Amino acid sequence: MSKVIAPVAERTVAFTVNGKSVEVTVPVRKTLADALREDLGLTGTHLGCEHGVCGACTILLDGQAVRSCLLLAVQADGHDLKTVEGLADGDRLHPIQEAFWEAHGLQCGFCTPGFLMTICEFLADNPSPTEDEIREGIAGNLCRCTGYLNIIKAVQIAAAKLRS
Amino acid sequence: MKPAPFDYAAPETIEETLALLGEYGADAKLLAGGQSLMPLLNMRLARPSVLIDLNRVSALDYMRVSDGEVRIGALTRQRAAERSPVVAKHLPLMTDALRWVGHAQIRNRGTIGGSLAHADPSAELPAVAAALGATFVVAGQGGMRLLLPEEFFVGYLTTAIAPAEVLTEIRFPKMAADAGCAFVEVARRHGDFALVGAAAVVHRAGPPEPGGAEASAGRFRDVRLVFTGVGPTPVRVREAEAALEGQKFEERLLADVARLVAGRLDPESDIQASAEYRKHVAGVLARRALLAAALRAGPQQAGGHSTGGFPKGGRPT
Repeated sequence: MSKVIAPVAERTVAFTVNGKSVEVTVPVRKTLADALREDLGLTGTHLGCEHGVCGACTILLDGQAVRSCLLLAVQADGHDLKTVEGLADGDRLHPIQEAFWEAHGLQCGFCTPGFLMTICEFLADNPSPTEDEIREGIAGNLCRCTGYLNIIKAVQIAAAKLRS
Repeated sequence: MKPAPFDYAAPETIEETLALLGEYGADAKLLAGGQSLMPLLNMRLARPSVLIDLNRVSALDYMRVSDGEVRIGALTRQRAAERSPVVAKHLPLMTDALRWVGHAQIRNRGTIGGSLAHADPSAELPAVAAALGATFVVAGQGGMRLLLPEEFFVGYLTTAIAPAEVLTEIRFPKMAADAGCAFVEVARRHGDFALVGAAAVVHRAGPPEPGGAEASAGRFRDVRLVFTGVGPTPVRVREAEAALEGQKFEERLLADVARLVAGRLDPESDIQASAEYRKHVAGVLARRALLAAALRAGPQQAGGHSTGGFPKGGRPT
């Protein structure tokens, strides 16, 4: 019989965020969203519901959109993360961010980081989505201001920008 | 910090997992994709003293075809199964159902085994497993047990997995090439928990042999009809299956089956929907699922041969 691994309450983990290697020591019960905001100062990732419904905390984990409130920080060990801070290139906005600006795809902006990260993966998978596909693609993110229409327009504009 | 304190271990093999379960079983929780357990931890509705994270057990992440079955490792992400050509070819019912599971962000993390082991009564995958007659492989330190859906699903959020055991694999019999299937559901919003969902699998008798029995053409055979959201476990309505067996495809027949389904089910009322509404929706979904499944059922007719009583093409409404 194999030796039993000893469970721990705290752990040091290493991963990359927005291309930068980081190392943090965290209580094992700390969510990844909290570690990004509190330990790494990446407060662009927002927390709404903290139980996987609102999508505000969406980040990319190895290129896939995930809810960072439903991951523990210790689970990020060895993985490659991207948050909203990693989208713009210096002062140049990412095409998806530009499209949100042009289409007025945000009002209060609280949900926007989650939408941007969701749309990153969505458009990488499907560069020419139909409106119905866009609606389904953003269904996991809640916005209480826009009524979604301008967000859909923003996705269409972003898709065109990314194709060209 | 949202979750209550716990200690954490991340085994890399099934043996290490079983050793941890042997030591901490009743006080431990297994973490797979975390799309159900993490909300429970964040809300402190679950307060395990030890969390065993399965995500580093790479031996549980696979899909392979073997002995007429598609064997899926418990840690396989739902998104991987949704995109798998193997699953699309041999288990189209699962491909159909996975699109209804949460949202893409949920399916990127959520696992096939995690959803089945969580056994949420409104989840899609338990109904798929019941409709396809899957076999659940459950490992413990004493060896492994094989369980059928009716043995595996015990009640509301409860399965036959013992505290020191782990679900390692689910074996789905390959669907016949001429089977037709559909998964449909009604939820308040796309991606929400289903109020009611229905999985249908139908086969149809082939075209008559020259000089053979004309009578069997275009008739239902081996029908499976399973619902989610209408009981503590997936609910198979055998009376409806039996009522269709050997019958010719007719709209009127589906209307009868819808009534039969609504009469047989005994769902509970909750904040989302009344029992009466759920029964009505189940009947409507039975009709939609059977119609869609029948439309997809082969054998495919070449160049204008008879389709028996089955309608051709088109989309269900």
